[in-house]
Amino acid sequence: MPANRFNGFTEYGIGVGLRIPHYQHIFERKPVVDWFEIISENFMVDGGRPLYVLAQILERYRVVQHGVSMYFGSAERLNRDHLKRLKRLVQRTGTPWLTDHLCWGSVDGRYTHDLLPMPYTFEAATITARKIREARDFLEVPIAVENVSSYAEFHMSEMSEWEFLNEVVERADCGILLDVNNIYVSSRNHNFDPFEYLRSVPPERVAQIHIAGHSKFEKYILDTHDHPVIDPVWKLYDFAIRRAGPTATLLEWDDRIPSFDEVHGEARKAEHFLTAMVGA
Amino acid sequence: MRLMELQRRMAAHVMRPLTRAENIAPRTPDGKSMRREAAEFIKPNDRLKSIERLQIYNRQYWYRLLDSMYEDFPGLCAIVGQRAFHRLATAYIADCPSRSFTARDLGSRLEDWLRSNPSYASKRLDLALDMVRLEWAHIGAWDGAAEKALEPQDLLELGPGLRMALQPYITLLKLSYPVDDLRVQLSRAEEDHGTASNAVRARTHRAVSRTRRLQPQELYVAVHRVDFTVYYRRLDREEFLLLEALRAGRTIGSAVRIAAAAEEKLETWFATWAELSWLCPHGKGRRCR
Repeated sequence: MPANRFNGFTEYGIGVGLRIPHYQHIFERKPVVDWFEIISENFMVDGGRPLYVLAQILERYRVVQHGVSMYFGSAERLNRDHLKRLKRLVQRTGTPWLTDHLCWGSVDGRYTHDLLPMPYTFEAATITARKIREARDFLEVPIAVENVSSYAEFHMSEMSEWEFLNEVVERADCGILLDVNNIYVSSRNHNFDPFEYLRSVPPERVAQIHIAGHSKFEKYILDTHDHPVIDPVWKLYDFAIRRAGPTATLLEWDDRIPSFDEVHGEARKAEHFLTAMVGA
Repeated sequence: MRLMELQRRMAAHVMRPLTRAENIAPRTPDGKSMRREAAEFIKPNDRLKSIERLQIYNRQYWYRLLDSMYEDFPGLCAIVGQRAFHRLATAYIADCPSRSFTARDLGSRLEDWLRSNPSYASKRLDLALDMVRLEWAHIGAWDGAAEKALEPQDLLELGPGLRMALQPYITLLKLSYPVDDLRVQLSRAEEDHGTASNAVRARTHRAVSRTRRLQPQELYVAVHRVDFTVYYRRLDREEFLLLEALRAGRTIGSAVRIAAAAEEKLETWFATWAELSWLCPHGKGRRCR
């Protein structure tokens, strides 16, 4: 199950996000890492240091691309320039699958650079699925969409978030990047049972899993990726892999980034759950 | 409500500047209560009102994009001061929201915008504009395209009719102030910031204070990169004019006539440019990393 058509039939283990503060450590120490996730947009440039760094990484490591601005859920059409640049990067990295978020963030050509929540409607599902298909056909690589953390819900929604996710991935016939931290954050912000969410996700479509930390405020939780993973999120992770199998897993740590060893050590805690599951 | 209508409505509020207290604006531009407006399309929950939920996104938008402006234009911030920079960046983003999938391009229209809105630079418009041009060129030199540099065989047909191009990542700037020096000082102070020593703080303070004493000085600078590090290289006036002419596609013969007054330096300049890989074949180039 972990190797499926949504992740290019690969069996990647535990990866970490490639971040600038770790470059020196990675190039000097050459740590053993299953794979790195790169933010596509950081490398969709014409030249210079970003592409030099990427070439160095590709010489030694496997890389999977993760995007933050495709905005499959925006009502406007896909940005062709974006797609062309992304395809050049896909060809450069050889990423076996590509991920971006189930969200919107641009309107009338203006970009918010945020991951804004979808209204869970059939119209939105249709538009989103069509754009995912278009992108996949153009990029010629499997696509998996990630559930986002959200802080708002809309009156116009016609279904739950997990029903919407299913509606989109079925219509688009794409994979899921299951972010269990995001499920936890949204479950607290919107008062739903995160296990009900996980039980509804089609396990055969899970291409990859994200884990991360977050920040608690008085009235809501913010997905900040600046802390270790908390126990309730590990429990969700354990539940998710028991359903989906030992899936490629990545720890996101994007702010107040500690040493590479600390980040990698936190990611490798996932091994405990994977080993326990395989042994069970 | 259709998807597009919802997204236009929400984006308008998310992208609207925060109040001075960093809250969402209490009223829409047409005077409607924001509380009522948010309640019409966002559900409240047991802890947050609709407007509070919308405000989370409104704040995230501004915090993220203002951070990006601070990161890309630290020199401009030093020149106008932190508070004025905050006002300037907010007004700029409100007038020129991002039209690119990458926040890297956020400052692409800043020079033009500042020329049209000079009051945001107070009495330091020329200085501020010089710094904006330098800092935008810095971004281009960091990740701009590179063509394959000229090789000896490209020069076999060297003659007055030959054309050669300049690397795309290089920007040539005619400046009125020595903002290159200032920017280097600020970068050094920033690099040392991790140590947080008194000496570092003093160095940053000195660099910022220096902006107040900067005297006008006509100078020519090439913003370029070597081994993936960005540098500002000062040029002679004739050297600058010659490089501009080459970039414009003039033949070597006509370009060197522009620099005739500095004929004795031509050989040195060409040798230096070749060493720095600044020159590439004219016409459709061979793109490299």
